[in-house]
Amino acid sequence: MDKVRDAGTWLILGALIAVPIALAVTSPLLAWREPIYIAAGLAGVVGLCLILLQPLIIAGSLPGITRRVGRTLHPWLGGFLVLTVIVHIVGLWFTSPPDVLDALLFRSPTWFSVWGVIAMWSAIAAALLVAFRGKSPARRARVRRLHVVLTTLVAITTIAHAILIEGTMEFTSKLVLCTAVLVAMGVSVFTLRSWR
Amino acid sequence: MTLIEPSRRTIVAGGAALAAGGLSALVVPAQVQAQALAPTPTMRGGANNYRPGAPIVERIGGGGFWMSGTVRRAGDGAPLSGQRIQIWAHTTEGHERDLHSHGSTLTDENGAYRLEMPQIVPAFGQAHGHLAYDAEHNSGEFQTVFLRPLMASSNDTSLEAHFVLQPA
Repeated sequence: MDKVRDAGTWLILGALIAVPIALAVTSPLLAWREPIYIAAGLAGVVGLCLILLQPLIIAGSLPGITRRVGRTLHPWLGGFLVLTVIVHIVGLWFTSPPDVLDALLFRSPTWFSVWGVIAMWSAIAAALLVAFRGKSPARRARVRRLHVVLTTLVAITTIAHAILIEGTMEFTSKLVLCTAVLVAMGVSVFTLRSWR
Repeated sequence: MTLIEPSRRTIVAGGAALAAGGLSALVVPAQVQAQALAPTPTMRGGANNYRPGAPIVERIGGGGFWMSGTVRRAGDGAPLSGQRIQIWAHTTEGHERDLHSHGSTLTDENGAYRLEMPQIVPAFGQAHGHLAYDAEHNSGEFQTVFLRPLMASSNDTSLEAHFVLQPA
């Protein structure tokens, strides 16, 4: 029975990630975009999928991925997530420098730019915080709590960013993925008692 | 605390003023109405990827999408003819920054302009167009204005943008 449940968990998770990516890479909008713009958009979609995986991995919620394995995997995927953010922004910069500059300076006309930039800084801060957390247990505990606050902010602002955008992601699959991100974040914070 | 509490008298007076305003809209000619016409402010991000001096064209690329609007003078609302408006967008034929995505047109004697261009497609999160009234590429009588109108739906095949220019 457990094997069936485990397989089901991976199947659902796989679909939550594969379906929005498959729909994004077949979006009609791609016909009118240059490769660098396509890569930038896709990096954003992959980043959103990583935000779904990260809390599940660190909480040991996925079959076959124990918390011990998760503690090794989570920082690597975190680094990869920061990389997708960088590719996203650099790719958009090449596509339209003034739009990216407006976003980074918080003077863009679009709200999703504001949420996106907050998400970017929160993700970078969350990663740097852990990279320089030091050795003392008291400090590590403080860093962990702050990391959870920052990554929760990343999840929420990224969802706001993604939902408000009319882009290559198909709307329903995007909504389902974003809901899953919220649930994963909430359940993991609760599972790990992250506020302690 | 009573500062913003309206008395019965102010409400009655306000109502009368509103009614008078509504009535004047029906009986007063449009030209007189427009006397207080406020200038259009430049929109945030409106100037992004602007190419000063883009040539006046019959049509941008293959066409199929219509950008249109009017150019009027602030205050009296007089239509302004011969004003050069630049139009650009991310379309089925190119990115915003591409030179071939840009083109200019002139307003007619009624202050109206209309330019055919390729279909605008959503880019940077929204289906939107860009327009410029650049003082340096006109007589210089009016202040520069950049617009960034949004399409109600990305399936639309036309978009309007209206300029009310502030005398320089």
